[in-house]
Amino acid sequence: MRGLRAGTVVLLACLLALALLPLVAEKYYIQLFTKMMIMAIFAMSLDLLVGFTGLVSLGHAAFFGLAGYVLAFAAPQYQAADLWLSLPLAMVCSGLLALIIGALVLRTSGIYFIMVTLAFAQMVFFLFHDTKIAGGADGIYVYAKPVAAIAGWEPFTLENHTHFYFVVLVLLALVYACLRLLLNSLFGRVIVGIRVNEPRMKSLGYRTFRYKLVCFVLAGALAGMAGYFAAAQFGFVSPETLGWHQSGSVLMMVILGGMGTLTGAVLGAFAMMLVELGLQGLPVIGGVEIAKHWQLLMGAFIVCAVLLLPQGLLGLGKLASRLRSKPAEARDG
Amino acid sequence: MAEAVLRTERLTKHFGGLAAVNDVSLEFFTDQIHAVIGPNGAGKTTLTNLLSGDLPCTSGRIYLDGDDIAGLSPDRISQRGVGRSYQKTNIFLPFTVLENCRIAAQSRLPSSMRFIRSAHAYPDVVLAAKRALAEVGLEHRAQVQAAALSHGEQRQLEIAMTLATRPRILLLDEPLAGMGSEDSTRMVELLRQLKQAHAMLLVEHDMDAVFALADRLTVMVDGRVLESGEPELIRASAAVQEAYLGTEEP
Repeated sequence: MRGLRAGTVVLLACLLALALLPLVAEKYYIQLFTKMMIMAIFAMSLDLLVGFTGLVSLGHAAFFGLAGYVLAFAAPQYQAADLWLSLPLAMVCSGLLALIIGALVLRTSGIYFIMVTLAFAQMVFFLFHDTKIAGGADGIYVYAKPVAAIAGWEPFTLENHTHFYFVVLVLLALVYACLRLLLNSLFGRVIVGIRVNEPRMKSLGYRTFRYKLVCFVLAGALAGMAGYFAAAQFGFVSPETLGWHQSGSVLMMVILGGMGTLTGAVLGAFAMMLVELGLQGLPVIGGVEIAKHWQLLMGAFIVCAVLLLPQGLLGLGKLASRLRSKPAEARDG
Repeated sequence: MAEAVLRTERLTKHFGGLAAVNDVSLEFFTDQIHAVIGPNGAGKTTLTNLLSGDLPCTSGRIYLDGDDIAGLSPDRISQRGVGRSYQKTNIFLPFTVLENCRIAAQSRLPSSMRFIRSAHAYPDVVLAAKRALAEVGLEHRAQVQAAALSHGEQRQLEIAMTLATRPRILLLDEPLAGMGSEDSTRMVELLRQLKQAHAMLLVEHDMDAVFALADRLTVMVDGRVLESGEPELIRASAAVQEAYLGTEEP
């Protein structure tokens, strides 16, 4: 119980730090953290599948990327899209795509599930890559950020990077809180039960397919939310946003942070992007441009993290709290 | 006599060329324990799997209250009031003992597509779970993680989860396996109570328990029914002595 409360305190402190960041940080860092928070939402949506339901998807970027394209389509050329219309539209489109793909892929499990999610996502990738829709392989620009006007009144403008930052921060907190509620609900207990022992859930009378499908759609729609803001921030959408590289990268964030915990997913997203940035900023040592080979170092980092921290970065915190509580347990025993 | 709650008609299951269950016709009545015994590989567990829907049958019929349920999925058969326990303990190891039963009891809500209210804010479900735990004598272990239970306690939990789904028919696959003598005495007593309101299939190797409990006894050998009838008649049957019971004599 004490561990839980300590966790809440740390969480609130992090939230506060994020809320205060724009007061001290330069524009570059504000935009960087915006991007990290967007990826954190994306990672949480995947963790819902991987960490909580036990569905390892290698095609989650399809829903992320599609939402970006929806934003690009929703905006009249050289003009801004309406946030209140285009955001729900993007999430619904991603959710629908997840419904179609999910209805097919959820009939498989294990390694086959990984393969077919990858296959379907690649189909979506090539749909955008090989056809003239939205610029093909070249991608498409989102010229203006969505406008959040309500009957002429604009509560915030996404063109302002600080406003953008706070909108994403609020969404991150909101998504986190909603998923916490969800995981504690009857539905949440069912999906965790499915991860732990699906055959037993069936024999207890649960139609597990339905629950997995609803979960898949929810995760797809949330990935859509992240993809929408990623496209809005970057101002450009290309097929790469829905490719397997992107799917693999977000899966690594989830694994790095610690599967099956929402904070782990957020932590993983932040950590991976910071490490990436750090490696890219490495100086030239002895005539070798280390920064150029940052992906090699990134690989080494991931391997070390997985070997040393099988529970992810969050495992560090658990380890620390276990060490602290050991004397207490010894007394009780 | 009242109509059978569950009835199989020439039920058959082939695994390739092997007939694991061959032409088995049995009846199960409320207020009766129908024990199925037989040597290893006789097809007892396969029979249980066919009745619970875990395996599809090759041919034959399974009637539940007169409806043919052969071919239905395990979840539908469970929702129709057939509860089963597994020979190999099949529980949620990372969950607490209470949560194992709570999720079993939750399955009887009309739907679990509820996304907001905490799962613990359904007092009826929690109560049903606690009642099931009390029935098997595990209530003092409610907050313990299931993985930390002894083997015998896990067997008790297995039964409690089945009970928490409020079944009318119980399919129990070796419920006493691995239980200490105290626990198994308690379980025998529980099964005797449960039969008043349930039809029951009992697959069990503990012959003392079988003869203490069974109202009807079926002996299976090589997927076939060798004998079926009153326990005393079976005990006296020469064929059964030879095929099965005789081998247990020291």
